[in-house]
Amino acid sequence: MVTGIVSYGGYVPRYRITPKDIGSVWGVDGESMGRALGVKSKSVPSPDEDTITISVEAARECLKKVDIDPKDIGAIYVGSESHPYAVKPTATVVAEAIGSAPNLTAADFEFACKAGTAAIQTCMGLTLSDMIKYGMAVGSDTSQGAPGDALEFSASAGGAALLIGKKDPVAEINHTVSYTTDTPDFWRREGQQYPSHGGRFTGEPAYFKHVLSCAKLLFEKAGTKPEDYKFAVFHQPNGRFPMRSGKTLGFDETQLDTGMLVTRIGNTYSGAVLLGLCSILDKSSPGDRIFMVGYGSGAGSDGFDITVTSNIKKLKRTRTIEDMIKNAKFLDYATYAKFRGKIRMRGE
Amino acid sequence: MRGVAIIGVGETQFGELWDRSFREIGIEAGLKAIEDARIRAEDIDALYVGNMSGGKFIDQEHVSAVVADYAGLSDSHIPTTRVEGGGACGALALLQAYAAIASGLHDIVVVGGAEKMTDVGDIQAAEILTSTADQEWESIFGATFPALYAIMARRHMYEYGTTREQLAAVAVKNHRHGALNPVAQYQKEITLEQVLGAPMVADPLGVFDCAPLSDGAAAIVLCAREKARKFCDTPIELVASGQASDTIALHDRRDMTTMDATVVAGKRAFHKANLVPDDVDVAEVHDNFTISEIMAIEDLRFFKKGQGGPATEKGETALNAKLSVNTSGGLKARGQPVGATGVAQAIEIVRQLRAEAGKRQVTGAEVGLTHTLGGTGATAVVHIFRRMK
Amino acid sequence: MATPRFWREIPSRYNLLGTRCGSCGTIDFPPRSICPQCGRKSLGKMTKLKLKGKGSVISYTVVHEAPSQFDLMKPYVLAVVQLEEGARLTTQIIDVEPGEVKIGMPVEVTFRRLGQEGEAGVIQYGYKFRPVRD
Repeated sequence: MVTGIVSYGGYVPRYRITPKDIGSVWGVDGESMGRALGVKSKSVPSPDEDTITISVEAARECLKKVDIDPKDIGAIYVGSESHPYAVKPTATVVAEAIGSAPNLTAADFEFACKAGTAAIQTCMGLTLSDMIKYGMAVGSDTSQGAPGDALEFSASAGGAALLIGKKDPVAEINHTVSYTTDTPDFWRREGQQYPSHGGRFTGEPAYFKHVLSCAKLLFEKAGTKPEDYKFAVFHQPNGRFPMRSGKTLGFDETQLDTGMLVTRIGNTYSGAVLLGLCSILDKSSPGDRIFMVGYGSGAGSDGFDITVTSNIKKLKRTRTIEDMIKNAKFLDYATYAKFRGKIRMRGE
Repeated sequence: MRGVAIIGVGETQFGELWDRSFREIGIEAGLKAIEDARIRAEDIDALYVGNMSGGKFIDQEHVSAVVADYAGLSDSHIPTTRVEGGGACGALALLQAYAAIASGLHDIVVVGGAEKMTDVGDIQAAEILTSTADQEWESIFGATFPALYAIMARRHMYEYGTTREQLAAVAVKNHRHGALNPVAQYQKEITLEQVLGAPMVADPLGVFDCAPLSDGAAAIVLCAREKARKFCDTPIELVASGQASDTIALHDRRDMTTMDATVVAGKRAFHKANLVPDDVDVAEVHDNFTISEIMAIEDLRFFKKGQGGPATEKGETALNAKLSVNTSGGLKARGQPVGATGVAQAIEIVRQLRAEAGKRQVTGAEVGLTHTLGGTGATAVVHIFRRMK
Repeated sequence: MATPRFWREIPSRYNLLGTRCGSCGTIDFPPRSICPQCGRKSLGKMTKLKLKGKGSVISYTVVHEAPSQFDLMKPYVLAVVQLEEGARLTTQIIDVEPGEVKIGMPVEVTFRRLGQEGEAGVIQYGYKFRPVRD
């Protein structure tokens, strides 16, 4: 018995800023920083956007492609590390805004950048067991890096929603595996505005250990090799880590390119690997196989082996991820700082 | 129904009156009006007070009782009522007084209008003004009062070719009149360039397209027409009134470039007065924004729809033109303490018809009209006055 | 805005819930219990429906002076939009340069933050409109 992706949708805010413009304010050579990170620009949310609005937009984009009754969605989970409320879930607003309320279960997930993939696995379980007909898994973020910190050059905003179910999926999820340990590579304490990280510790012992271990488990479980896949997408905190992971595992650039959005929109955290998947699905054909491994600091990786079905041709045409990425307006640092609440306003 | 006449008027200076409280300005205007009418406190049968938002500006509801009390009338226990209808409340209070006398309920009534807008900051004052728009479906989305009128202005420009220069001409004219009015908030002329070059508030309306925030009070004494000459040598008759309402939200109006409430209120007033727009010599219309005056002179049928801009530009509404509009300076230059506006407009007409307007006198004025709006046009009140022979 | 007052209107603020008059077919937004055209004839005949969120700009302004909760959005575009179904509403036009907005411009609904009751208060969400970019 298999469950899969019945529909998908993403959202990328319109505004952008370049590493060069960030660097010039902090006395850093932003252009070389950008090259080192593999980031040319990152997305910036408007002051009237947040993880809730991005989740709603992604969920609505997802439902625009298919003709299902929102009331048949039995569960909605939103994974993020920038939920607008510490207490009061993003998922309930999404549920109301897509017309699924009130007969459903909902909750918010947190696991750094892999909160969205964890939500997918939960929806898989609920649909495979027939507890619900459809579940929606959303990963979205409006994360920030501290001003002048390396993370500021890549932390961006965006989100994606996957509708999971057994009925007529456009892509079947053949296998999922996970690799989880207690590894404090990147964290944010309650009440702190910006996250902290372990510098170079975030590489080998964190990102690479979990992504590569999970990927190996996935190859074993699926009985596959890199050549069996048309596309591969990894969590993308910068342009270097996913490419290195991919090549270490035996994938080549043609397989990795389509899902690599970080170069143009930065690291959308919980949205990253899901948006990469959406971008791949926009361009895929029936029979294409997709290898997807996310990563969340703290730390863990969820891996998925996915095959596109002929139902992908039946989806209605809506804005693609490419359309959203191209709809860009560049900001200067001052406007970006204003938008991101880095300037202390009266009364704060 | 018996006729009603105005036998006394009085007002305070309009402007930023930092030293004066709401109670002080209300009483000052009332006392001046009573002296002008040569009546005694005991003669007053009832008090109507126009006040838009004592609650939000000075945290005081029930201002009717406050005004009666501080006017020294608490011992006589007179009936006192506050009237609210957005910016039209002063004109509505006048209408209530008219109805009370015309019906025989009361004989001598004092109408006051007062507002103290400067005790709160100007940003908060602007928000309070916006509370007369649709709170649920306009204000919450960022609709400010100037924004809603700016939306009307842009559509008016789109449909009729009205220009920013024509809007500015309203402000220039009204400041020129205001310079002749000793109680006006602004007594300085301004130029077209100043208006066009002013900072934007809500495109296409700039700072000089918008009436200011003001403190001020105005009061009128009315009595039955047949008794007027007992008190006053130059009583002015309030011949007829028309009042109309419309949708609260601008987006629900039939036609964004026409205030149907003004059209209907005007028609009702002219019909009851047995007069036509051509009979009017002098008019005080509600120019909270320059576009409002242009729409008002069209909607009252002084000029054809779409011709309000060109007419103003050509000087057809200036002092002693065919129709003198806003000789007081209008809300723009005289100021708009909201509750006082409708009463102050009536006082200007009374002065014109009494030939007491000094440098801004309209020669041979016999018939005058006031037009007052509430919200973005959800209420309109038109009063027509005539010199009693 | 007070929490219960805002919460009560969520179906209309999030999902453009309006009403259709069973007597004359006119569509109103927000929902009404009596049709302005039909009066008492319409009582009990008003049915709820979700509007599609597509329309065009009837008129607009660029707001430069605004209450403090809009400080980060200034200058912003406020417009009256006519929806396909005939009803009109007042809304911000976003994801656009103020100079790009034109009367007649086709727009579609999006979901955005409207404001909040202070840093510790409830966040209010609702509709804004953006240009249709194909």
